[in-house]
Amino acid sequence: MSTSPNTPTPPQGAPETPDALHARALDDLRYIRRTMEGAASFTALSGWGVVAIGVTAFPAAWLASRAEARRVWMLVWLISAIIGVAIGFATTARKARKAQEPLFGRPGRKFALTFATPMAAGAILTIPLYYGGMGAILPGMWLLLYGTAFATAGAFSVSTVPVMGLCFMVAGTAALAAPASLGNVFMAAGFGALHMVFGALIARKHGG
Amino acid sequence: MARPGTARTAPPSSHAPELDRLIHERLRLGIVSALAVNEALSFADLKKLLNTSDGNLSVHARKLEEAQYVACSKTFEGRLPRTEYRLTASGRRALERYLEHMEALIRATREA
Repeated sequence: MSTSPNTPTPPQGAPETPDALHARALDDLRYIRRTMEGAASFTALSGWGVVAIGVTAFPAAWLASRAEARRVWMLVWLISAIIGVAIGFATTARKARKAQEPLFGRPGRKFALTFATPMAAGAILTIPLYYGGMGAILPGMWLLLYGTAFATAGAFSVSTVPVMGLCFMVAGTAALAAPASLGNVFMAAGFGALHMVFGALIARKHGG
Repeated sequence: MARPGTARTAPPSSHAPELDRLIHERLRLGIVSALAVNEALSFADLKKLLNTSDGNLSVHARKLEEAQYVACSKTFEGRLPRTEYRLTASGRRALERYLEHMEALIRATREA
């Protein structure tokens, strides 16, 4: 797109039909909206928050790998998930406040809703899988659905976010294909390493 | 204000205020829109966001600065200079007027 440095003025005397004016006005409004939404999601998610979530995943994976009872293992990851959500929410709210943006403005709301849907599906599926003795596939399913949440909600954010989501989905698929004994390793690689790498990328490229 | 050769049943331009040429231009409209939803954006942020060149952006940003629609501050981040833009109150009003103008145009053609 090349823009002339001078204000383009419509040729004098050339009649602009109401249709053309209408189309132009609509196009202008769409452009403003697109720019605003692009700019607003520019600073929405906190990269450092994502890094922090990644850091907490390593001790969680270590604890989980030492857990002898299924219930303890589950509890470790459940607490880890709650801590992760709290960190993510707090750091993103802080970043939005610093930028004087509403956390639940239009892009924020879309992001949250789209993110929450696959997450809810994951939470619901966890219950029958756990009680049905299929806990071995939980790491793969969590990674896959967590990735889905970022891959879809990422459409309303900077491009790094959906890419991170796709990487989580790949990790989840690999975990489902791998032996169940590697579950904690995949959890550490996904929720630990992927978060840290992409969090740092977001922080560096998109202001914190 | 009837321009010769423009005969319309519902001429929006005779009712609506004169179009703000300063932000009618695409890139300048983009700068103002992006700044409306951010407290401040750096030159690099704007450049990336609006997908434009250094030269183009600086020319248009300067025009907006001259009109006092945006305020520009230069700081140092370590040793690197950092140019930051903010929308001024009159810049925000200009965008609001522009939006109203576009809405009025759409309404007028819909009713026509």
